[in-house]
Amino acid sequence: MIRDPKDLKRYEPRERANHWVVGISFILLALSGLAFFHPAFFPLTQLFGGPVWARIIHPYLGVLMALSFLGLYVRFKHLNRMTPADREWLAKAKNMVDGNDHDMPEQGKYNGGQKVMFWALAVCMLLMTVSGLLIWRAWFGFDITLVRLGAVVHAAAGATMIGLIMVHIYAAIWVKGTIRAMWYGTVTRGWAKQHHRGWYRQVTGK
Amino acid sequence: MALQSLDIKQRSATTTPSTQARQTVEIAKLIDVSTCIGCKACQSACMEWNDLRPEIGHTVGVHDNPTDLGAEAWTVMRFSEVEQNNTLEWLIRKDGCMHCADPGCLKACPSPGAIIQYSNGIVDFHQENCIGCGYCVTGCPFNVPRISQKDSKAYKCSLCSDRVAVNQAPACAKACPTGAIQFGSKEEMKDFAETRIADLKERGFDKAGLYDPAGVGGTHVMYVLHHADQPGLYHGLPANPSISPLVSLWKGFAKPLATLALAGVALGSLFHYVTKGPNEVSKEIEDEIEKEDAQ
Repeated sequence: MIRDPKDLKRYEPRERANHWVVGISFILLALSGLAFFHPAFFPLTQLFGGPVWARIIHPYLGVLMALSFLGLYVRFKHLNRMTPADREWLAKAKNMVDGNDHDMPEQGKYNGGQKVMFWALAVCMLLMTVSGLLIWRAWFGFDITLVRLGAVVHAAAGATMIGLIMVHIYAAIWVKGTIRAMWYGTVTRGWAKQHHRGWYRQVTGK
Repeated sequence: MALQSLDIKQRSATTTPSTQARQTVEIAKLIDVSTCIGCKACQSACMEWNDLRPEIGHTVGVHDNPTDLGAEAWTVMRFSEVEQNNTLEWLIRKDGCMHCADPGCLKACPSPGAIIQYSNGIVDFHQENCIGCGYCVTGCPFNVPRISQKDSKAYKCSLCSDRVAVNQAPACAKACPTGAIQFGSKEEMKDFAETRIADLKERGFDKAGLYDPAGVGGTHVMYVLHHADQPGLYHGLPANPSISPLVSLWKGFAKPLATLALAGVALGSLFHYVTKGPNEVSKEIEDEIEKEDAQ
């Protein structure tokens, strides 16, 4: 859907669908995973038909997330290579967070912060997948030291990833006009010019 | 085993204190390895009392039968042939839950009330609350709990908590023909162990001693060992068992820290929004775009 014919296309339908498969599986995994991590979150298992079902479903959702994230990774990794302009952006990130983005360096499709997010999530996903397989008792029975290490890594990477995703979601809420890129794929030219001027010039030729 | 008249001292995945007002007598089972004859009457009594029937296996060339603990085999005689003082010794150890004062299974368990520690020291699994994750296996320093292939619940020795609740000795202690398994208050059992250790020392076992490892806060199943300096001889009984530092990190320190950190990120985001305001496309850029459209 293009609301204004002059809006810029940022994401293809299949890219958005892929993102939301990862997003939905992540949310379900975070809710059930937190329940096994701290007793305060244990009531969340009721969302999954009870604690036993939560335990059964969680790892299969993990497989779904790992495979669907692999899709996103392959699709977007070439757009997330760090450049000197990204490092400069990151050095000035505090100004950005303070709400003063006037003298931020020109950015392509993704800024330095988004690229750091991409790579941090990719590392977390890898750690989550490997450690998750180590502690998946329904199918595997690894050496006890590996299982214990897996449990620690799974919890640490999981908590880190939930924190990263909170920042990811908040950034999308904070920067107005962003979320529509993941709903119907387009952004306004003003949004592109302000936040990703390099990409704006590349797609408009201006 | 749920619904019995024993005070609960500690409950898995529960952050508030359980009943603390009453203190009942701490009990213990004492297994004197030196008087065990390996008859497996304790295994049969355990099966009988707890209505357990492990699957019939195959002989694998050793006397151990079944060859490992299981969801239907809560105690197993472990036979070790070792050479000590230039003689062959056939060491027999009745393996099963040690009922640690500081139980790693209970610490690791994510399900409220699936693992219970009674004030008498018994650590019991309440299978109706078990979710089958296997974290108890990960937490146990003695490799005791087993997940059932039939129902995915965790099982282990209950120290016959149902019998103890009505002042009966565990089935294994009741059945032992040589008195190698004694049951009573922990203090009595320690006193009894002293007499056995003195006897063993007199007979030339200088290193005889009591196995009540401090690393897990002591246990409510204790052994009299003739070679207390080498517990590993007895089918790998750990010399200094304790909850793995990895498990302590995972279910100790990391839990509140990560929860606070995540709450911090969530609240930080909210307050960032209300103090700094949204990041909107500036009027200046909107005007530039409008100007372009007018051209």
